Amino acid sequence: MLKTILIGFKDVKLVFRDRAALILMLAAPFLVTVGMALVTGRFSGNNNSGALNIPIAIVNLDNDSIGNALVEVFNSPELADLVEPANSSTAEAARALVDEDKLAAAIIIPAGFTQSVIPQNGNIGVNAQIEFYANPARPTSAGIIKAVLDQFLTRLDEMQISGVVSITQLIASGKITPQEANQAGAELGKRLENNATNFESATAIKIKTSTAAGETNDFDPLAFFAPSMALMFLMYTVSYGGRSILAEKAEGTLPRLLVTPTTSAQILGGKVFGIFLTGAAQMFILIGATTLLFQLHWGDPLGVIFLVFAAVFGATGWGLFITALARTPAQVGSLGSALMLIFAVISGSFFQIANMPPFMQRLSQITPNAWALNGFETLALGGTLAALTTPIAALLTMGLILFLISAALFGKKNLMQK
Amino acid sequence: MTNILSAQALAKNYGDFQAVKGVSFTIQEGEIFSLLGPNGAGKTTTISMLSTLYIPTSGDAIIAGYSITKRPMGVRNVIGVVPQDLALYEDLSAKENLVFWGQMYGLNGKALSARVDEVLEQIGLADKAKNKVKTYSGGMKRRVNIGVGLLHKPKLLFMDEPTVGIDPQSRRAILDTVKALNQQGMTVLYTTHYMEEAAELSNRVGIIDHGELIALGTQKELTKQVGETETLILHVGKNEDPSVLIATLKNLPNVIDASVIDHEISVITPSAKDILADAIGAANERGVKIHSIDIREPNLEAVFLHLTGRALRD
Repeated sequence: MLKTILIGFKDVKLVFRDRAALILMLAAPFLVTVGMALVTGRFSGNNNSGALNIPIAIVNLDNDSIGNALVEVFNSPELADLVEPANSSTAEAARALVDEDKLAAAIIIPAGFTQSVIPQNGNIGVNAQIEFYANPARPTSAGIIKAVLDQFLTRLDEMQISGVVSITQLIASGKITPQEANQAGAELGKRLENNATNFESATAIKIKTSTAAGETNDFDPLAFFAPSMALMFLMYTVSYGGRSILAEKAEGTLPRLLVTPTTSAQILGGKVFGIFLTGAAQMFILIGATTLLFQLHWGDPLGVIFLVFAAVFGATGWGLFITALARTPAQVGSLGSALMLIFAVISGSFFQIANMPPFMQRLSQITPNAWALNGFETLALGGTLAALTTPIAALLTMGLILFLISAALFGKKNLMQK
Repeated sequence: MTNILSAQALAKNYGDFQAVKGVSFTIQEGEIFSLLGPNGAGKTTTISMLSTLYIPTSGDAIIAGYSITKRPMGVRNVIGVVPQDLALYEDLSAKENLVFWGQMYGLNGKALSARVDEVLEQIGLADKAKNKVKTYSGGMKRRVNIGVGLLHKPKLLFMDEPTVGIDPQSRRAILDTVKALNQQGMTVLYTTHYMEEAAELSNRVGIIDHGELIALGTQKELTKQVGETETLILHVGKNEDPSVLIATLKNLPNVIDASVIDHEISVITPSAKDILADAIGAANERGVKIHSIDIREPNLEAVFLHLTGRALRD
């Protein structure tokens, strides 16, 4: 066990002394992330993250002022690049489109919603709630829409509460009589309607959503690009680590290790441990750097730690697998670079995975990037470790299966002893 | 003296190709034993089997009581290996390399630290111990390569052609190191294709060719095999064709054999001075200009030539 750890630490030391490797492991993902963020306006105050055109349906059964205001918000020019709203006549039809994965979400505004918020003619309507029907296959898109909706409703709540408080204070101060309260309330309601439909004041530049704990998180383009790029370059790191197994063989240090009183299992274990440690170090350095330099909120720290370890484990499996398939270090390098780009593309690191054909979406599930990205998105939108069970389990299973296949292939190739 | 190594019919095949064809020999404690042979003779394969890197196709060897096939881990604890090619981490310093390899041999703590310092002194790199290996000259790298093999004070040190591709000064330093280690009691198995190195270092020599051990003994025992002969060496110019002279030389009285390598003609004879005038006359007749002449006593080169009909460098 000690020798395994020593071999692993030796490999980490060697990687961190290789300037070319450091550039690709740390500088490249960092700079690409910054570049992507610049393109999306992260540093210019414009948080338009490009034309996402998230397809949603809005079913306005309210057909009153606030319901209409919400429809206007989603059709506003400010959200034109973000949302592609379609009106639907029935809730059932909208839900069906979400179930068929044609929409990211459906917003169903019930009849009488406006009346439940603003008493009209002294009548307070029944408590009506807006239904947000989300597509679980598109967690990011759905999360964004929910954030917009949450902000609208939060603003509405604030206005409603302030209206009630204002009327109560006017009565208490004797400025109006209780009999005049209805009329004053109606006037306030009109102002509230105007404010609610004014999207400029209803929403800040940043899209916000509320967590269960009541904390407020920003949805920041960096929160998408930073993990995407870190995961893409993680694939480089694991293939570099895998390459070192064959490189050590070619350079004679592996045969030399094999004539020391160290078992083949300890050596292979050490090499795997080294790849894992390097990958984890890379991820944590990038997470630390983006947190410190850009105040990027990655989410629940415990969730981030477990997700990073699971992602690195899954990626290490792939690194070993391509090493087991290759014959030379150069082949590992070529395979690794190809895999890095292919996985980045099909996992949604560059394009929204939801905009890809269904078979591509299914294919993305073989990549550690897709599962880890899913987890990081969950964390960025306020999820905790408890919400990461599926991606973590998928990544660990992926790593384990690939490790077992690779070990069998290494055995067949007599990598360790001739 | 007791045997520290006893190889019995050790063989290694790669498909149909027999790299080593059942070699048997023993090495006594405290001696330097050389395996001498040309490139591709099977020296490295033999040493790789003995060091447990390769699994023999058949046969076995016992090293300090451990079978290389049944107790490889026991063998690895008592042997040190200096591979032919450098096997070091070039981005680590000499000290970091020695510490890492020492840990792989089970050393740790103060014992490791003390031993690393000792080895650094021994290989003459104590003052440059913290420099990365990649900044070293070829000779310095070779010394670190040897140092790694010495860390755990092995009973038997395998050195596989440790002087290949280095300058004469470094080569001399390595040969002196081998002698010093042996004087300290270390047994050494040394492979080389340089006859001079085997002659200078070895108590006994095994001559290996095409995977077979074709001769074994002390230098004196081996040279006796070629009889009381001498070798007359005729060095010819680069533009000369010495091959035209070989047939003539072979027909001279008192000439046992004649061969040519590059621009050097070797004539084996009972008495070099008796044929010298005839040989020069033959060269003049054939128009081959002789630059210089050497007379060599019977040596391992002559033994190899006698046994195989080829020179070691063929």
